[in-house]
Amino acid sequence: MNIVVCIKQVPDSAQIRVHPVTNTIMRQGVPTIINPYDLFSLEAALALRDMTGGTVTVLTMGPPMAEESLRKALGYGADRAVLLTDRFFAGSDTLATSYALSTAIAKLAEEAPIDMVFCGKQTIDGDTAQVGPGIACRLGLNQLTYVTAVDGLDAAAREITVQRRSEGGVQVLRTKLPVMVTMLEGSASIRRGTLPDLLRAARAPITVWNAAAAGIEDVQRCGLRGSPTVVKKVFAPKPRAEKAKLIDVKGRRDGEIAADTLAALFAALPKLEGDLARQAVQA
Amino acid sequence: MTDAPKAAAAGRAQMKTELPERFRDYKHVWVFIEMERGQVHPVSWELLGEGRKLADRLGVELAGALLGPAGPATEAAVREAVSYGADLVYLVEHPLLGDYRNQPYAEAMTALVNTYKPEILLLGATTLGRDLAGTVATTLATGLTADCTALAIDGEGSLAATRPTFGGTLLCTIHTLNFRPQMATVRPRVMAMPEAEPGRQGRVVRHAVDLEESRIVTKILDFIPDLSTNKVRLAYADIVVAGGLGLQKPENFRLITDLAEVLGAEYGCSRPLVQKGWVAAERQIGQTGKTIRPRLYIAAGISGAIQHRVGVEGADCILAINSDAGAPIFDFAHLGMVGDALTILPTLTEAFRRHLAVDRLAG
Ligand SMILES: Cc1cc2nc3c(=O)[nH]c(=O)nc-3n(C[C@H](O)[C@H](O)[C@H](O)COP(=O)(O)OP(=O)(O)OC[C@H]3O[C@@H](n4cnc5c(N)ncnc54)[C@H](O)[C@@H]3O)c2cc1C
Repeated sequence: MNIVVCIKQVPDSAQIRVHPVTNTIMRQGVPTIINPYDLFSLEAALALRDMTGGTVTVLTMGPPMAEESLRKALGYGADRAVLLTDRFFAGSDTLATSYALSTAIAKLAEEAPIDMVFCGKQTIDGDTAQVGPGIACRLGLNQLTYVTAVDGLDAAAREITVQRRSEGGVQVLRTKLPVMVTMLEGSASIRRGTLPDLLRAARAPITVWNAAAAGIEDVQRCGLRGSPTVVKKVFAPKPRAEKAKLIDVKGRRDGEIAADTLAALFAALPKLEGDLARQAVQA
Repeated sequence: MTDAPKAAAAGRAQMKTELPERFRDYKHVWVFIEMERGQVHPVSWELLGEGRKLADRLGVELAGALLGPAGPATEAAVREAVSYGADLVYLVEHPLLGDYRNQPYAEAMTALVNTYKPEILLLGATTLGRDLAGTVATTLATGLTADCTALAIDGEGSLAATRPTFGGTLLCTIHTLNFRPQMATVRPRVMAMPEAEPGRQGRVVRHAVDLEESRIVTKILDFIPDLSTNKVRLAYADIVVAGGLGLQKPENFRLITDLAEVLGAEYGCSRPLVQKGWVAAERQIGQTGKTIRPRLYIAAGISGAIQHRVGVEGADCILAINSDAGAPIFDFAHLGMVGDALTILPTLTEAFRRHLAVDRLAG
């Protein structure tokens, strides 16, 4: 199996702060990580490769420093890494991102056909969940999103069977390769890299492509220009005008606290008391 | 979305752009009615409520777009869509549209859009809606704004889709200026459920598509329905009681379920409790969990981080119990108790139990 895993380097959003005056993200000193959802897909890809042979290529689009996340992925056991970087890519929305990534994947496929593309379910900074389906659509890959488990892979028949989370249950789906898969979180956590992989990761050459090298002929379709969506306004969420009304707790007896709380709740939600009573009678 | 240099993006947005000629006849607001195995996801009705406002503002019609096999479930869905505000329903009936698969759904939706040309298309940000929306937007080469929390029409008649970014630390308003339809997805429970108006009249426009099983590559081998319907119930519960790290020990989570039981409520938790394995993942509330919209939300030992806040802000009343008077949750809770959740929770449980026992005797 030749597998491409698309990953993204993202700021660790637990540590993001917004500048109180300018409303801009303060990135200085915020560590970056591989988008956590991508790791479930990377693990699934590595496991399939271990089973059937072949290669796992990690691909990312981003600034030169995104190389860090590729090395990390090599350390987990990926065979090859490709960094797609060009100022033309700046400001890409999902449509422009899937265009650039799918063109690069098509370029990789010229060397050896690609059987599977894995993407993260979504990113933690953009959260759109749209890049994977965009790539699948552009490359004509059969699309399997929100996969909880790969049940089987028949390399000879070129068929894959998976379980896919849907709203009311789990679909068991079988489709033909090539496919685009996104894994659901919790499917399998990322392995610990082996020592040889970690050593290799530090020194391995990384393929760096600009738009032209990736086979992109029309840079108008990339970045800000290639993005049909336009960000018109960025702002901080408005704080609620009033603070919570506090119910006195300190130094008071349980009975008093409880009586005050019930009274405050029933005053805030006038129909609540009656509804609870009706429910209690029915129970 | 990659993190675009926002200043540059905003700069480009100022440029006045004319809608290209080929999109001039795109008109009306559409909501994708998500029906799977005969069940309509309630997010579709929530979107009709929102779509109604957009259509009225634009002075255009609101349409539902429904795909499904012919039969009573589909007919009922059409009637319901009209009762929730649709002026008409575009209906594609085909036996192969009972279960969701990307390929036939995307083909049918793309055909509908290309034939009837809506200016706005809204879908629920569910596993189905997100799977479908990405394909449809890419095929149509148009803009798609995911997981919106507010939708409005600006002075120029363009859809202003606001969504959280960077985990809710910021909001951004996104427009699709030069392409149609303007697509957006919205998560379940982010928008309020509209009132149904059962006698409302609407039209049905049937559209035939040509689908054959032999052409659909992906096969459905089985469907395993969820045993518990908890997932849906948490999102749609009237009262939710949730606990966070302030509970300190997994065994203390029982204080949450006890109170929930007395109130006939659903229970939930903050993300760290899921990560620690104390509570099942489907109970997580917040940005990467469920969005809830209960009448009453009781949060105990939860600090109120922005990622949690965005999932609970739709609650009518939030009661926060936290030992730290400076916890951010008190910035958006309506009622607060500064104290130890481990003693306050049992007190409340007991008080409600007694209060309701009196009702039971009286009833
Ligand atoms: C990308 C991303 C996505 C995320 N998504 C979510 C999400 O969907 N949902 C979510 O909840 N979080 C999410 N988080 C995590 C979020 O940032 C917070 O870390 C998390 O919500 C904190 O959980 P907590 O309030 O339980 O714990 P803490 O922040 O540790 O708060 C514990 C609180 O308990 C109080 N406390 C301590 N002892 C007591 C006591 N005896 N009685 C009463 N109070 C007490 C403390 O004062 C404190 O306020 C996400 C984070 C990231 C980076």
